[in-house]
Amino acid sequence: MLIAIFSLTVLGGSLGLFLGYAARRLEVEGNPLVEEIQAILPGSQCGQCGFPGCAGAAQALANGVAPVTLCPPGGREVVALLAAKLGMEVNLAEIKNAVPQIAEVQDELCIGCTKCYKVCPTDAIMGAAKQIHAVFREACTACGKCVEVCPTEATRLISVPVTLQSWYWTKPVMPGAAA
Amino acid sequence: MNPLSSLFSSFRSRGGVHPDGRKQLSTEPPIRLLPLPPLLFVPLQQHVGAAARVSVLVGDRVLKGQLIGASGGNISAPVHASTSGRVVAIGDFPSPHPSGLPSATITIEPDGAERWIETRVPDDPFSLSPEEIATRVGAAGIVGLGGATFPSAVKLNLSRKSGIATLIVNGGECEPYLTCDDRLMRERADGIVEGIRLIAYAAGAREILVGIEDNKPEAIAAMRRAAASSEVQIKVVPAMYPMGWDKRMIQVLTGKEVPAEGRSAEIGVLVHNVATAWAVREAIRSGRPLVSRVVTVSGAAVAAPGNLEVPIGALAADLIKACRGLTSDPARLVLGGPMMGTQLPHLKVPMVKGSSGLLALTSKEIGLLTPAPCIRCSSCVRACPAGLLPLEMAAHIRAADLASAVGLGLKDCIGCGSCSYVCPAHIPLVHYFNYAKGELGALEKAKLRTDATRKLADMRNERMQRIAREREEAARQRAARKAEADAAKKAAATAAIEKELA
Amino acid sequence: MIPLSHAPHAHAPMTVGQVMATVLLALIPATLYGFWLYGWPAVFLWVVAMGTALLAEAAALFLQGRAAKPALLDGSAALTAWLLAISLPPFAPWWIAAIGSVFAIVIAKQVFGGLGQNVFNPAMAARVMLLISFPVEMTLWAAPMPITSTQAPALMEGLAITFGGSHWDGMASATLLGHVKTEFSRGIDLTTSLPAHFSAVQGGLLDAAWGSRAGSLGETAGLLLLLGGVFLIVRGVITWHAPVAMLLGVAAPALLAHALSPAHYLGVLPHLLSGGLMLAAFFIVTDPVTSPNTTAGLLVFGLLCGLLTWIIRTWGGYPEGVAFAVMIMNSLTPIIDRYVKPRIYGRDRKGQSLQLEAKRSEK
Repeated sequence: MLIAIFSLTVLGGSLGLFLGYAARRLEVEGNPLVEEIQAILPGSQCGQCGFPGCAGAAQALANGVAPVTLCPPGGREVVALLAAKLGMEVNLAEIKNAVPQIAEVQDELCIGCTKCYKVCPTDAIMGAAKQIHAVFREACTACGKCVEVCPTEATRLISVPVTLQSWYWTKPVMPGAAA
Repeated sequence: MNPLSSLFSSFRSRGGVHPDGRKQLSTEPPIRLLPLPPLLFVPLQQHVGAAARVSVLVGDRVLKGQLIGASGGNISAPVHASTSGRVVAIGDFPSPHPSGLPSATITIEPDGAERWIETRVPDDPFSLSPEEIATRVGAAGIVGLGGATFPSAVKLNLSRKSGIATLIVNGGECEPYLTCDDRLMRERADGIVEGIRLIAYAAGAREILVGIEDNKPEAIAAMRRAAASSEVQIKVVPAMYPMGWDKRMIQVLTGKEVPAEGRSAEIGVLVHNVATAWAVREAIRSGRPLVSRVVTVSGAAVAAPGNLEVPIGALAADLIKACRGLTSDPARLVLGGPMMGTQLPHLKVPMVKGSSGLLALTSKEIGLLTPAPCIRCSSCVRACPAGLLPLEMAAHIRAADLASAVGLGLKDCIGCGSCSYVCPAHIPLVHYFNYAKGELGALEKAKLRTDATRKLADMRNERMQRIAREREEAARQRAARKAEADAAKKAAATAAIEKELA
Repeated sequence: MIPLSHAPHAHAPMTVGQVMATVLLALIPATLYGFWLYGWPAVFLWVVAMGTALLAEAAALFLQGRAAKPALLDGSAALTAWLLAISLPPFAPWWIAAIGSVFAIVIAKQVFGGLGQNVFNPAMAARVMLLISFPVEMTLWAAPMPITSTQAPALMEGLAITFGGSHWDGMASATLLGHVKTEFSRGIDLTTSLPAHFSAVQGGLLDAAWGSRAGSLGETAGLLLLLGGVFLIVRGVITWHAPVAMLLGVAAPALLAHALSPAHYLGVLPHLLSGGLMLAAFFIVTDPVTSPNTTAGLLVFGLLCGLLTWIIRTWGGYPEGVAFAVMIMNSLTPIIDRYVKPRIYGRDRKGQSLQLEAKRSEK
């Protein structure tokens, strides 16, 4: 009996010591993660995540205090890439918020004040003083800065219309089971 | 070749299913001409590649076969008026797609005269050069009529450049219900054989093999008669689904396997559908562009199923009407065959170049039940003609692990539907795969977009910083000059005062 | 708006329920024969196993908030219980069947995620659990007493045996494997123990071959199970690979060993016909959920199952090795699946695209 207690204690203790030693010795130093995360984010410094720019968001993600769904302009693709980078599980099918959005300038309300194109972080708005402005859809990340500064509320965010080229099948739903 | 692989069945006989053919519904009546509908809706995108570009205006009068949409690029095809009449609209119209989304369409109002354009007819088609034949095939707007709709001229030119030894003509038609190719071979065998010989000449193929499934004995006999005195060989292949898959047909007829990341041209083989061969013959022999095709209208809900020669742009509703309407409310409308066809949201969509079949199916014919959990019976593995593991791929996709599914060979899936067909649990396997392919495609596109916008953001930042620097520099220079000017003024003032005092 | 449906728009008529029903059909001859051989207690044991399994499944589904009816009707719980019931000693008390069924359904199946998600065959997992936990009850075999004979327990007496725990004359009989192993431990080899075993059996050698000997229902009706298995292969519900491989995996070493030393190693036929090997080969090893996906994988799986069975029977501590062998191989199924995959069209075995001859010779 005593021998059994003694031997198991010794075994448990030595294994525990070994694990502790390994944890110290094999720990990964530093955090190159922040730069890698920042490379994934859109980089338009819009601030919608609530952090000071994309660098701030990257730091928060690396520290684990921010969810991977923090970037609205990034959409599902950024969520997927961030999850992969941070080694987290994410169910893409549940990310419904990211209906891709695009800014649009309503011609009838635009007065050509040029405030919007000066703040656009990706130069997605073209126009000149006293001329109606328009948005390059391929360059717009829907960060929302133009919407904030427009004095006549001519600029707004709309959902990207689905076309025959961009449409694809939704995920099949299996009845009775968790998705 | 590993000797053990013959123990476990080669790809010649591996996989595939034997669905109930149901061809007897539409195989007997000969091809009928569809009565001219009141309006024709011709989409500009009926093929793989860039859409055609509109080359007419609303109000223009057009002749049958007249160009209404020019080829949109290197991989594209032109579009022609399917009948003579007037262009009444150019704009969005529902496309024959499950989403029901619109696509750019030219609407023509027929005048009933069916007046053809002036056609250029050569005395001997074989006196033209292969390049000229390919050019005329391209100008005729011919695309793969088996359903793939790849521009045939592009395929011919690529094949000629790569060097083709064998032309295989696909008379398989393995999908249930469809009999359009069968009837075409029975009724127009001579024209098809001429078209085949033209394609072989244009591609530079020395050997010509026509593969026809053994469930079409009359078509085989007709084609054999037509090909009797030519170099075209008619080969009978076992009927099964998907025998019409071009890679399988190649393997069965030549024993060669197309590399996964290559095309059939790399192993010296070119595949074309029999209907495409007929269209080539029409284009070269009669100078007529592709303006119509044979469509099988079938299904238990159709009153008089059969095959119709349909002008491109006729609505599905017109075809159903010509088959004496529906006998009951169909559970599903399908464009194409039941294995790979797409569901149509309603009948007011146009028939296009790739429309081989229009089916109105009852729920009994579809036979689909609520999906049950996967019991890992591996029926799908045995059915897959491409050697994949559908149960594993679907399980990974369900768990949102698309990367593993790709690792298991998702990109090699041809979407034939054999796995979904046999699954006893009625799991929508191919639906999972097409969802995953779509999701991966969207992620890829979005990633490219994010990269591009990040570059733009960086460029802007750089520009702003440069402007700020230049401003600073300019301000500093101004300040320096001002200081100089002030100093000079001061010096001048001092000198003046000194002069005064002196 | 019509709900959007994806191809294919046609379907093979088979359903999971039909698959399970066909398997149950194949089990009926052997089960009925077993009922006749061992009488009422066997019937009651079977009823208890089936009943508790269905109740356990319903309860587990209810607790998970899943629909009970489709799952119960697909026949998978019934199949598990049936297989368990015919691998138990026929005169076992009712609570053996009940505990076994509940363990099989709840722990070995539902806890893993329900149908299609379990790693181990539930019937075999339950059998192993019972064997380890209740060795006495699980090795108390009865000599066959055909239901029509005077020695057999009548209905009321049968109830007393199954539910009342009463004993019956002739209950303590040994199976062939059990007897042989016990005699080996006493230093008595096959030349003595085998004839002794068969002389104890009514009717002698032929009757024994037909199944009239001590054992579980599934153990004794070996030939009827073989027939059932062939029926399943013909119907396309199972393939021949796993059963043939398992039988080969037992037959080959048995043949070799018996040829080398007939007194110490049982021959091929005794091995094949005893200890539930036939049941395992056609009904357990072919369980789609716990066996590999590919035919090559099934061959490996079956072969190793058979080999392990023979090894455990010959040198292991237990007289019967099938259940343990199957459990061990179930745990290896994912590894087999990982390494044994079909070749994809257009690619080589490693998954690389096929290279053309010309390109290869260039390199």
